[in-house]
Amino acid sequence: MPDIQTQGTEEVHPDVLLVNRAREGDVQAFEKLVKQYDRQVFRIAQHITQNREDAEDVVQDSFLKAYEKLDQFQGNSKFYTWLVRIAVNEALMRLRKRRTGRMVSIDEDVETEEGSMPRDLADWGPDPEQQYSQSELAEILRKTIQGLPPGFRVVFVLRDVEGLSTEETAETLGLSVPAVKSRLLRARLQLRERLSRYFRKDKRNGGAK
Amino acid sequence: MTCTEFIALLDDLMDDRVSAALRAELEEHLRGCEHCVVTLNTTRKTIEIYRSHELYELPNDLRSRLHKAILAKCKKC
Ligand SMILES: [Zn+2]
Repeated sequence: MPDIQTQGTEEVHPDVLLVNRAREGDVQAFEKLVKQYDRQVFRIAQHITQNREDAEDVVQDSFLKAYEKLDQFQGNSKFYTWLVRIAVNEALMRLRKRRTGRMVSIDEDVETEEGSMPRDLADWGPDPEQQYSQSELAEILRKTIQGLPPGFRVVFVLRDVEGLSTEETAETLGLSVPAVKSRLLRARLQLRERLSRYFRKDKRNGGAK
Repeated sequence: MTCTEFIALLDDLMDDRVSAALRAELEEHLRGCEHCVVTLNTTRKTIEIYRSHELYELPNDLRSRLHKAILAKCKKC
């Protein structure tokens, strides 16, 4: 059956065409979407759950849920953001299950003043990451971002790592734009502050330029 | 402009969401404040480092296992 939308409407996002085909039962079209976004979903799930098994489950469940709900997908939003929203919810659910008793919420603002004003004002070397091996560096980066409150971490990951816009991040998380902006700023500053321990120039030379 | 005011606008500056007039004010602050220069540069670097390093690689064997599991269930739907 020919797809009506493939003709004449060049602005239609290729994902939307794949979604339309998948809706009609074309599993291969859906497989393409899986291949296109599985890495991102896995990364987001890992960042939120911080657990490998959970992240694997999140990938599987998110795509299955997306497949089941394809009819609800509105062509006016991006498939990717729609999928990310499903994945974030799945990941948060897993995180809550693991941390029973501990509140895990991204809706509440986190009460912390940390990072609102920079304290470590030492400059970094020109290529700070060169001081470490790739595996050491990855470990530092993982450890550092894991220390952020979940509500900050998820905003940073969606906005800065995955490249969603502020508005898309807000929509995905069900937060207001100002809330996203305030968390993003604090997440960025907290990460910067923590990374400074590893990346700052060793000596304080008075004549810093 | 104080450092606190500058920091509050840091994201807008980095994301290029400031008017020309405000940008001029921010740049004026930067000329006189080494601390904020450092904060701006190292914050930019922080984002860049996180963006350019894959922290959670999806291994190929796991990837194909997940694909198979997903598609097997899709076909049953
Ligand atoms: Zn300043």
